Amino acid sequence: MIFFLETLIGGLLAGTMYSLVAIGFVLIFKASGVFNFAQGAMLLFSALTFVSLQEHGIPFLQSLLLTVVVIVIGAVAIERAVLRPLMNRSQITLFMATLGLSFILEGLAQGLMGAEVRALDLGIEDTPLMLGEVMVSQFDLVAASTAAVLVTVLALLFNKTHIGISLRAVADDTRAALSIGINLNRIWQIVWAVAGCAGLVAGLLWGARQGVQFSLSLVVLKALPVLIIGGFTSIGGAIVGGLIVGAAENLAEVYVGPSIGGGITPWFAYFLALVFLHVRPAGLFGERAIERV
Amino acid sequence: MSSLARPAVAPEALLAVHDIEVIYDDAILAVAGVSLNVNKGAIVALLGANGAGKSTTLKAISGLVTADRARVSRGSIHFLGKDTAGVAPNQLARQGIVHVLEGRHVFSQLTVEENLRSGGFLRRLGRRELERDLERIYAWFPRLKTKRKTQAGLTSGGEQQMLAIGRALMTRPTLVLLDEPSMGLAPIIVEEIFEIVADLNRRESVSFLVAEQNINVALRHAHQGYVLDTGRIVLSGTAQELLQHGGLHEYYLGGKAGEAVPATRAE
Ligand SMILES: Nc1ncnc2c1ncn2[C@@H]1O[C@H](COP(=O)(O)OP(=O)(O)OP(=O)(O)O)[C@@H](O)[C@H]1O
Ligand SMILES: [Mg+2]
Repeated sequence: MIFFLETLIGGLLAGTMYSLVAIGFVLIFKASGVFNFAQGAMLLFSALTFVSLQEHGIPFLQSLLLTVVVIVIGAVAIERAVLRPLMNRSQITLFMATLGLSFILEGLAQGLMGAEVRALDLGIEDTPLMLGEVMVSQFDLVAASTAAVLVTVLALLFNKTHIGISLRAVADDTRAALSIGINLNRIWQIVWAVAGCAGLVAGLLWGARQGVQFSLSLVVLKALPVLIIGGFTSIGGAIVGGLIVGAAENLAEVYVGPSIGGGITPWFAYFLALVFLHVRPAGLFGERAIERV
Repeated sequence: MSSLARPAVAPEALLAVHDIEVIYDDAILAVAGVSLNVNKGAIVALLGANGAGKSTTLKAISGLVTADRARVSRGSIHFLGKDTAGVAPNQLARQGIVHVLEGRHVFSQLTVEENLRSGGFLRRLGRRELERDLERIYAWFPRLKTKRKTQAGLTSGGEQQMLAIGRALMTRPTLVLLDEPSMGLAPIIVEEIFEIVADLNRRESVSFLVAEQNINVALRHAHQGYVLDTGRIVLSGTAQELLQHGGLHEYYLGGKAGEAVPATRAE
């Protein structure tokens, strides 16, 4: 029983790492209807920027702030150079644009800051911790708490601030938002910057775990099943989706893996996502249009 | 209607639309030579059947044409004497033009009060001022106050129309472009909404350009009116003149386009 609990909790906590990546997608998808393939590249770019700054001897907090500045500048540039000219184009056009963007960002990141694997030390011990009789990873606990803080901050932003209500207004009805003078371009810049910051948080945690390198941009592939399960338009869905994927992966690896020769983790999340596509195509928390009965 | 001479813009003119042509997707000509004026403090009705070009004309004025892949390909629009060509919709809203879209378009996932607040963001009000403006809207539409915490998508059609108007008023507009407020509503609600519009016009001197298919209710509350048919103005005059004009209803059957003789010219 304790072993089961350990597997479950370990999986749930690891799942929040997926959620962190998925949140960035949700933000951009909600506000502009774009599936931002470049989210992974943004994640790599921001983590690399942070590591490079640190390597130049700049202290943690300053590095973090500078990276955020870079992200904001990047978001404004992307909105001006990519989104604005393609406004009103089809979804697939925008998707292709973000695909292109992801290669540009990856190329830029590695060209400017090098392609070798860089270690990132956030000062979190990756030693096991005993909670009662259950052993959990300290790193996973920190990751989960970070996700919790991020979600709280986003919830406050969305529900309590003018900017947040404007963001939700744009997500709800873009034309109506334009009609009352909401500046759509500004909103997109803000959303991409916020998604970039969410990507930074995810990038730092993933980077600390597996090193900062090119393959970091591939964690987006882990976010896809999370999005399919949780729905593309809900932050809550991204969290729950991440938890489900994390827990299911871990449990399957331990309990099903041995009987089919192991190596379940790389594909099990996709299998689960396919099942969900049949049962709930909009995802658990996918937005249904409100209709009066 | 498409007189070639530029109209002299009268000093009291709030909005002067001169001979505009609007094209969707570089292919569909939806409005072909519309001219109209809205004077300060006036309620002007823009009448016409389905597809006549009412909504397109309003979108040209508010700048929202661009969101529908359309553009004004000819003519000019002046608001308070300034040419609005190329001005972004959010800038036009800042200058005082607000568009209440056809079909209301409330933010259905937001609460009634969040919808109203969003209309006030444009002016970057402080908390106190925003609250005061909210109360002002609630005074006009007491029904919205009782539903302030309700998700807008769950309110009735009439409430959504009031909300759309209230949200627009939060921008403190000089000119409201109101697109088919009567759509899908019971006559008694339509009457209530038009009464409020007329009241707003009298007491707060907000000007309105109202697109309507419902000729009677529109003309009873408007000062001036224009009748559109397949993208052209075919008739214009004071509301009185138009109401008395026997052939008005014919335009809704599409029979009289082209052979129209304007009741009087508005300019
Ligand atoms: N988004 C669009 N894309 C292409 N063509 C459009 C679009 N919107 C309107 N049109 C065309 O423009 C013409 C005028 O339409 P518009 O919506 O302005 O008419 P309307 O007078 O508002 O009609 P209704 O009373 O039905 O609202 C129509 O022929 C319509 O097909
Ligand atoms: Mg219309």
